[in-house]
Amino acid sequence: MTHDHVDGVDVLAVLGVVAALLALLAYAVLVARARRRGRSWPTGRALAWVTGDLLAVAAVAGPLAAAARSSDGMTSWTAHMAGHVLLGMLAPLLLVLGAPVTLALNALPVGAARRLSRLLRSRPLRVLTTPGAAAVLDVGGLWLLYGTPLLDVAHEHPVVDVVVHAHVLLAGYLFTAVLVGPDPLPHRRRTRHLLVVLVLALAAHDVLAKRLYARASGPDLVDEQSGALLMYYGGDAVDLALAVLVCARWYRRTRPRPASGLRRGQGQLDLERAGAGPQGVLG
Amino acid sequence: MAFVDETVFHQLLHWHHFYDRSTPDVGLVSDGLFHAFGFVAVVSGLFLLSDLRRRRSLVVRRWVGGVLLGAGAFQLYDGLVQHKVFGLHQIRYGVDLLPYDLTWNVLAAVLLVAGALLTRARRPRREPA
Repeated sequence: MTHDHVDGVDVLAVLGVVAALLALLAYAVLVARARRRGRSWPTGRALAWVTGDLLAVAAVAGPLAAAARSSDGMTSWTAHMAGHVLLGMLAPLLLVLGAPVTLALNALPVGAARRLSRLLRSRPLRVLTTPGAAAVLDVGGLWLLYGTPLLDVAHEHPVVDVVVHAHVLLAGYLFTAVLVGPDPLPHRRRTRHLLVVLVLALAAHDVLAKRLYARASGPDLVDEQSGALLMYYGGDAVDLALAVLVCARWYRRTRPRPASGLRRGQGQLDLERAGAGPQGVLG
Repeated sequence: MAFVDETVFHQLLHWHHFYDRSTPDVGLVSDGLFHAFGFVAVVSGLFLLSDLRRRRSLVVRRWVGGVLLGAGAFQLYDGLVQHKVFGLHQIRYGVDLLPYDLTWNVLAAVLLVAGALLTRARRPRREPA
């Protein structure tokens, strides 16, 4: 019996493709609605969403996913980690840059938009969007996956496998959104706070990758080690982008303005800017 | 205030640099932290530098001083505390360490003093914000 397959069907791949198609469809519908309401939507954001969506699919279905979980139960660590970087880091970054919440707020009827924005300020989301909580969910989940037998369990049980993959994507999305997301948050922390959390999360990710490298002991040592290397440097690359985006936001926000400077873009949905005055160095 | 941070962050910038040249014997955790720390410090340091420039309040001399100060301070810390006190790693293995250690720490002290002099030499005139 091959793992991950129920009666010959790769549950993860099927669910992944369905979810991705739904996400694309929902986004397209929202863009169309926003257009009808006279609000243009930047092509770049749509492009980010589509690319992120496709990358996430590539991690769970298709050649890369097949290489990561071949049918005889063996796993290519290199392909597995490529999938990990795609699903947990790169795809979330692109999806976040797609600004789906802002799009929804633009597209939905007033009542629904109001409900959505109330949901955003609800207590659970307030807690989840704390940078520390998002980081623990994201990197902590990885420690759980690679530091315990969870990965093996997931390979045996399709349901666990789907849950693990969903968690990796969602936690990656949450973490990225809290750090650099263009969408409104209940409260966005100061840049310094975000950078400290990013440093700790990146460190935890790097330590985990090096630990995997150091403890590689499987039948294919080279493959296991190159997988860990990919995790390390892939994580670095994406986190470099995150650091740049966090600082770039600060840089834009603290742009020196003439004293009378009226803020452009008013009337847009800038919830988080409500209390954002000049905040000093990396404030 | 900006200058203080500038100095601090560029210290970190060099932390990263020096750390990369170290041997792989260090503990994974401190390694990961240093790596991430230096990494983010480089990015934010460059943004701070750019911010000073656009506000036309960059004093190159002080900035260079800050970089040297940071580099020297870290090298000295690395040379004395990490190499000697903690014994995390050494500069080279299998040779008499004394000349290496001396060079390392004296260079660090030179950087530190040069940085301090440059930084203190001329206080910048505050421009009206």
